[in-house]
Amino acid sequence: MKLSREVIHTEDKRKLQDISGEEILSCYQCGKCSAGCAMTSAMDLLPHQVIRLLQLGQVQEALDSKTIWVCASCLACSARCPRGMSLPNVMESLRSTFLRPGDRCLNPAEIPYELLEIVPEQALVAAFRKYT
Amino acid sequence: MVYSYFPGCTLRAKAKGFESSTLASCEVLGVCLEELEEWQCCGATFPLQIDNSFPLVSPTRTLASAKKAGRELVTLCSACLNVLKRTNHVIREDLDKREKVCAFIEEDYSGEVEVLHFLEILRDEIGFEALARKVVAPLSGLPVAAYYGCLLLRPPEEVGIDDPEAPKVLEDFLLALGCDPVDYPYKTECCGSYVVLQPGEPAMSPSRLVVESAKSRGAKVIVTSCPLCQFNLDYAQSGSVERGENAVPVVYFTQLLAAALGFGEEILQFDGHIVPPGLIFQSVGVGGCGGLT
Amino acid sequence: MKIGVFICHCGLNIGGVVDIPKVLEALSGYDSLGHVTDYRYMCSDPGQQLIKDAIRDKGLTGVVVAACSPAMHESTFRRTTEAASLNPFRCEMANIREQCSWPHRGEPEKATQKALEIIKASVEKVRKNQELSPLSIPVTRQALVIGGGIAGMQAALDIADAGYNVALVERLPYIGGHMAQLSETFPTLDCSQCILTPKSSEVGSHPNIDLFTNSEIHAISGYVGNFDVVIRRKAAYVNWDVCNGCGLCMEKCPVKTDSDFELRLAKTKAVSIAFPQAVPNRPVINSEVCRHFTQGKCGVCEKVCPVGAINFRQEDAIIDRKVGAVVVATGYDLHPKTRVGEYGYGVAKDVIDGLEFERLNSASGPTQGEIRRPSDGKIPKEVVFIQCVGSRDQENGYPYCSKICCMYTAKHARLYKHKVPDGQPYVFYMDIRAGGKGYEEFVQRATEEEGVLYLRGRVSRVFEEDGKIVVFGVDTLSNKKVEIHADMVVLATAIVPAHGQTELARLLKISTDEWGFLSEAHPKLRPVESLTRGIYIAGCAQAPKDIPDSVTQAGSAAAKVLALFSSDTLSHTPEVAVVDEEICRGCGLCVEVCAYDARTLDMRRNLAVVNEVLCEGCGACQVACPSGATCQRNMDTAQVMSMIDAVI
Ligand SMILES: Cc1cc2nc3c(=O)[nH]c(=O)nc-3n(C[C@H](O)[C@H](O)[C@H](O)COP(=O)(O)OP(=O)(O)OC[C@H]3O[C@@H](n4cnc5c(N)ncnc54)[C@H](O)[C@@H]3O)c2cc1C
Ligand code: SF4
Ligand code: SF4
Ligand code: SF4
Repeated sequence: MKLSREVIHTEDKRKLQDISGEEILSCYQCGKCSAGCAMTSAMDLLPHQVIRLLQLGQVQEALDSKTIWVCASCLACSARCPRGMSLPNVMESLRSTFLRPGDRCLNPAEIPYELLEIVPEQALVAAFRKYT
Repeated sequence: MVYSYFPGCTLRAKAKGFESSTLASCEVLGVCLEELEEWQCCGATFPLQIDNSFPLVSPTRTLASAKKAGRELVTLCSACLNVLKRTNHVIREDLDKREKVCAFIEEDYSGEVEVLHFLEILRDEIGFEALARKVVAPLSGLPVAAYYGCLLLRPPEEVGIDDPEAPKVLEDFLLALGCDPVDYPYKTECCGSYVVLQPGEPAMSPSRLVVESAKSRGAKVIVTSCPLCQFNLDYAQSGSVERGENAVPVVYFTQLLAAALGFGEEILQFDGHIVPPGLIFQSVGVGGCGGLT
Repeated sequence: MKIGVFICHCGLNIGGVVDIPKVLEALSGYDSLGHVTDYRYMCSDPGQQLIKDAIRDKGLTGVVVAACSPAMHESTFRRTTEAASLNPFRCEMANIREQCSWPHRGEPEKATQKALEIIKASVEKVRKNQELSPLSIPVTRQALVIGGGIAGMQAALDIADAGYNVALVERLPYIGGHMAQLSETFPTLDCSQCILTPKSSEVGSHPNIDLFTNSEIHAISGYVGNFDVVIRRKAAYVNWDVCNGCGLCMEKCPVKTDSDFELRLAKTKAVSIAFPQAVPNRPVINSEVCRHFTQGKCGVCEKVCPVGAINFRQEDAIIDRKVGAVVVATGYDLHPKTRVGEYGYGVAKDVIDGLEFERLNSASGPTQGEIRRPSDGKIPKEVVFIQCVGSRDQENGYPYCSKICCMYTAKHARLYKHKVPDGQPYVFYMDIRAGGKGYEEFVQRATEEEGVLYLRGRVSRVFEEDGKIVVFGVDTLSNKKVEIHADMVVLATAIVPAHGQTELARLLKISTDEWGFLSEAHPKLRPVESLTRGIYIAGCAQAPKDIPDSVTQAGSAAAKVLALFSSDTLSHTPEVAVVDEEICRGCGLCVEVCAYDARTLDMRRNLAVVNEVLCEGCGACQVACPSGATCQRNMDTAQVMSMIDAVI
C-alpha cells in the first residue's frame, strides 16, 4: 500500500466524514468495538478494521467488505467506545456511499416468501432503509 | 393517568398480542392510552447520516401531533421508542435540522413532548409495588430471562431508560409478577435485528447465542419489548421446535403482565409465535391462564 | 558479660520454618546468657520495648537480635539499645531470615539447627565487642554541580538559594544544555528559550553561584563533606572579564565553519557566541579553524575588538575548589544516526534527527523557524517520523525505552502541522508511551485535531530516490505493508549518556549501568543518591527523562545536599579497619585491594594507614594482609575464631 496525502485524503473519505459526522482519526484502534460486536461471526473485517482502512484512505476496500452490510446498528460499539466514535454512523456512511447513487444490496423480490410471511413489518422497513 | 399512545405499524400487524395484552392490562391498572389521531410509521431505524434530515420527517410529524394532544407520548415497541426519542433529541439540540424539518412538515415543534416507554409508566407512575398488589395470578417461580436488546438502552444519553450495561427495570417488573428473573450475560447483546433479511446471510447466530445463554441459566421464558427481537429469538429456534428439542418461548413483557392480571389466551394472543408459549404457563400452573394451549 | 538474645518470628517468615521454642530451649543453658526470649515482630514498638526493658531490668551488657538482615534493621535495634543506655555497638543482629529461614524453607529441622548456630556465633561476637563511638567528619558547606543543563541549573539554584556557594561546571561555553536547542516543549508547547532564559540569567548572576563554563573536571579526590576538585577552564582566547559581548569580532571574522549548536545545519564564525541568549554571553575562538591558529595570520578580531579582549596566548586555567557535596547532571546525547544504516542517515540529507528538527522549527534556528528540508530548502509536504530508532532494540541498539521520544515526536508532528497546514505527518511507532500529566491528551490531539497519521510498525528501510525519501514500513493494525515517498524523515533516535560520562564516573568513583547511565543507590528509595556518599545524580545522566522529571530530580538532589549541609559535621561508623603498627610491614597489598581508596602507605614510617572516613568496613584488607596486621573494629581475628568455634 502506497500512502500519500492524495491517498489518505480523498473526496470519498471527506464525504464519509460529512455523512457520518465522525472524525475518523479520533479512533485509536483499541478494538473495544470489535470485542463487543455481536455480529462479527458474519463479518469479513472487524469493525475497528473498517475504521483503520478509512484512516489509511482505503475507502474502496471498506466499501467492498461484507461487514458494512452485516452491522446491525445496535450501537453496542458506540456506547462503549472510549473515544466517543459513533462507529454505526461510519458504517451507515459507507452503506450510503453505495446506496445513494441508486444501487441496492437487497432485492425485495428475492426475500423468501416463507420469511416474508412471518417477519415483522418493522424488519422490512428497517431493511429497506438500510439496504436499498 | 392519561397518555397519548403511539402503537407503530408492527403492533397493528404481526405483534397484535403485544398491544392487546397491554391495553387490557391498562384497564386494570387505571392507565388510559389514547391513540394519537394522526401517526405514521416512525421509520423503524433512526437515521445515522447526519447530512440527511429526510428520515426525521415522519417521526417529527408524530411528535408534533402529540404536542397538539398535549400529553406525554407512550410507546410499547423499543424501536419506536428509540426512533421517537432520538428524533426528539435532534429536534431539541440541532436548531438547523429543527428548522429544516419543521418547515417541511409545516409544524411548529421544538421537542416539547416527553416520550416514554410503557415500562417507565409501570416503574415510575404506577410503581412495581402497587403493580404487585394488582396481580391475581402470580407467575410464581417461573424462571424468566429479561431480554433488553439494544433499542431500549442505547445510546444511553439519548434513550436509555436504565443503566446500559446493568439494566434491571425488566427484572424488577418480573419480580412484581411473582416470576423468578434469570440473570444471564447476553441480555443486552444485539439479536441481529434487520440483518435477518440479508440474502444468503442467516445472521442467526447472535440470536441463538442469546437464547442459549438464557437457557443455560435455567430460563423457561424470555421476555422482550421489541417485535423484531421477539421474532429473531423465536425464529432462531424454529429448527429446535421442528426437531422437538427443548425450546424457550419468547413473549412480550405485557403478555406476562396480562397473564398475571388474570387474562386468558384471547387477550394474550400467542398466534404467530414459533415456540408455543402456552405449555409453559400451564406448567407453572398459572390459574388465570387455564385453557391456554 | 550478660548477653540477651531476642528471637523474632517475623510473622511466619522465620517462625514458619525455624522451630523457635526448640531454639529457645537449646539456648537456655548457654554460657552467660542473661536473657532469652522471642516475639512475633521484634521491630515493632512493643518488640523494641521488650529489648529496652530487658537491658534495664536484667542489666544486660550485650544484645543479639536474631531476625532479618542487618541491612534491614541493624540501625533500628542499635538505636533501641542506645535508648536503654547501652553502647549501640554492643548490639548485633543474627540474620536467621535471609540466611536461614528463607533459603531453607523446605528443611525446617536443618534450618532450626542453623539458626541456633548463627545465634551462638553472634553471641560469641558480642562477647568481645568493644564500646565504640561514631567518627565525626567535618563538612565543607559548598557544592559542586557538574553539567549545566536544566537539571544542573536547577540543582545549583536550589542550593544557592539556600545560601550555600555552588561551583557549576559546564564543558560547553554556555549553560542550558539541550533545552537551549529545543524550539517548543511538550506538553504545553511553550517556547523553550522563553522558559529557559530567565533561569539561565538567574544562574549567571546569582551571588552564590560561580559559573565555570567551557570547563571540565580535571581531578577530584576526598570524600563526603571534603572533596578536593580541580577544574580546568579551557582557553577561550578571549578575556571574558574584559569582553563586553558586543559581537564585533564575530561580525568581522572571515572564517566560516559549521555551527555545533545548530547541529551543522548552519554556519558560524571561528569566533562565536553559540546563540543570542547564551549565558554567559561571551565568545570563544575555535582554535581548530581560526586562521590565526591554522595559518598564523589574520588576527582581525584582535584588531577590531574595542576593549582589547582577544588573547591568542590565553592558556587553560586550573582552579582548585574544596566542596562538601557533588551533583552530577551531565545529561545525554542522541545515539549517532549514522549507526542506523537502514535509515539512510548521513547518506540522505533529508533524513534528520529529533534535535535537528527542533532547530528547523526554532525561530532563531537556521531557517528562522520555517520547516525547510536541508537538501534544497523546500518545504516538505510529507514528513515521516520514526520512533524507537535504536531504542527497544536489543539486537542493534539498546533494550531500554528512551521515554521522551513518543512525546517529542507527537510534538514534532503537531508543530509541523502548525507550520505546514497542508502537509501530512506520518508517525511509525510500536506503542505510544505518554504517561505524564496531560501527555496522553497531548498525543490524542495530534491525531484528532492535527490529522497526524500514526502507523503501527517499525520501518525497515529508508532511501533516497528522485528527490524523495522512500520509506518502507508496515501497519500491523491493517496488516498492510506501507510505502511512503516522503520529502523528509525525522528519526527519534535513542537517548544515550553524554559522551565522556563513563570517564567522569570513574573519576568520581561512582558506578554506571551497562549503558553508561549513572546508577542510583536504590532504584526506588534512593533515586538521586549515588552509592558514594556525598555524590548525587540528576537529570538524563541517570536515565532518559523529560524536563519536568529532570527538574524534579534536580530539586530532590539539592535537598539531599542541603540536608548534608545542615550541620558542621557528619558521623561515620567506627566499625572500620585498623592497622596494628607493630606488625604491619608496609607491603602495601591492602592499598591495592581497597575499593574505596581508604588506604595509603606512609612511606616514611613504612606503614599502611587507614583513612577511616573512606573505609566502608568491607574487610578486604583484613583478608589480604599477609602478616595479620589489619583487622576490623569489632571483628578482630579472635572474635572470628570464637564465632567459628561456636558453630563447629
Ligand atoms: C528532540 C528532543 C526534543 C525534546 N523535547 C522536549 C520537550 O518538548 N519537553 C520536555 O520536557 N523534554 C524534552 N526533551 C528532553 C529534554 O531535552 C531533557 O529532558 C533535558 O534536556 C534534560 O536535561 P539535563 O540537564 O539532564 O541534560 P542536558 O540538557 O543534556 O544537559 C547536560 C549538560 O551537561 C553538560 N555536560 C555533559 N558532560 C559534561 C562533563 N563531563 N562535564 C561538564 N559538563 C558536561 C552538557 O554539555 C549539557 O550542557 C527533548 C529531547 C529531545 C532529544
Ligand atoms: S472502540 Fe472506538 S476507539 Fe476503540 S477501536 Fe473501536 S472505534 Fe476505535
Ligand atoms: S453497530 Fe454494527 S459494528 Fe457496532 S456493534 Fe452493532 S453490529 Fe457491530
Ligand atoms: S519513548 Fe516511545 S519512541 Fe521512545 S523508545 Fe520509548 S516507546 Fe520508543
